[in-house]
Amino acid sequence: MIQILSRIAFVAFLALSTQAGAQSSTDELTLTIKDHRFSPTELTVPAGKKFRIVVDNQDATAEEFESKALRVEKVIPGKKKATINLGPLKPGSYAFVGEFHESTAKGTLVAK
Amino acid sequence: MLGSAVIVFRETLEAALIIAIVLGASRGLPARMRWVFSGVGLGLAGSLVVAFFAGTIADAAQGRGQELFNAGVLLVAVSMLAWHNIWMSGHARKHAAEMQSLGHDVLTGSKPLSAMLLVTALAVLREGAETVLFLYGLFAGGADHMDLLLGSLLGLAGGATIGALLYFGLVRIPLGKFFKVTGLIVLLLAAGLAASAANYLVQANLLPVLAEEVWDSSALLSMESMPGRILHVLIGYVDRPSGIELVFYLVTLAFIGGMMRYMAARPVAKPAAA
Repeated sequence: MIQILSRIAFVAFLALSTQAGAQSSTDELTLTIKDHRFSPTELTVPAGKKFRIVVDNQDATAEEFESKALRVEKVIPGKKKATINLGPLKPGSYAFVGEFHESTAKGTLVAK
Repeated sequence: MLGSAVIVFRETLEAALIIAIVLGASRGLPARMRWVFSGVGLGLAGSLVVAFFAGTIADAAQGRGQELFNAGVLLVAVSMLAWHNIWMSGHARKHAAEMQSLGHDVLTGSKPLSAMLLVTALAVLREGAETVLFLYGLFAGGADHMDLLLGSLLGLAGGATIGALLYFGLVRIPLGKFFKVTGLIVLLLAAGLAASAANYLVQANLLPVLAEEVWDSSALLSMESMPGRILHVLIGYVDRPSGIELVFYLVTLAFIGGMMRYMAARPVAKPAAA
């Protein structure tokens, strides 16, 4: 029993440490919010890999980065940056919006 | 005006549905209205505080503060709902027959309504803080104040109406089956909230996602649609669930469900002579 447990613990440790190792080489993209619009409006990311998006909100007021497709909801206060961890994604396109200004703040993430 | 109405409606909806369930599930408990609406008041006060400190929360824990905060709020709500349901199961046979004994147990302190107060307060807090930030943004951006006020009230009224419809639908369930049905609804609600918490923990890089997308039913029932949103709150419906979300959902379901069965199967304790 103890042997099995220690084996499980070892495998879990390996999984965690490889995950931590993978983190340092994670791709990082920047998305800017200004005048309640995203730029760029289309981001291309590698499919099947973890990545990070740093959202730089240059507006004075808060925005909520929301994507039902990516299952992300994150409020970015005015004049702040926030990091969103994503992936690995299947190839395809994923829509996102700034929920507080949905008519102007729209974008797409394309995983290739 | 419509823009603010739509957002306020969406944010209110989730809280309103949870309040309706809490009110239904605590039916027969004395002073439950006072408890639940105190929860709403506390939640509103809390949302102002959270909105004010949004920047500080977001920067906390190496930029993962918001995710950890949301996950924490959700997990506390899950444990309160679990506690409520497990407690109710132990008393179900007694109070299905006579509601008074339930009131008696509450009065003698074996069932604090504070659990339900907390669930309400947390639901309002989570949605309220976002609404405050959104409205403040429009306000600071120079939107017409009357428009903003009317839009918010309209959205609030819409959300409250749906909550009221759910509540009045619930109380029409015959008393004999009432606590079975509300128990099941609370169980599914708790499982759904646990899955949402898992999702925040993935975003904070604390949990592995296991599988990014176990199925995709967005063509059948999209989460952007109104039925999709309502089902998301009520039973935790997700159109593209991740592996870890499913694990949290099922484990919560199995744990609370199992405890409910165990408590229901126990011999009923004789009421102590008062």
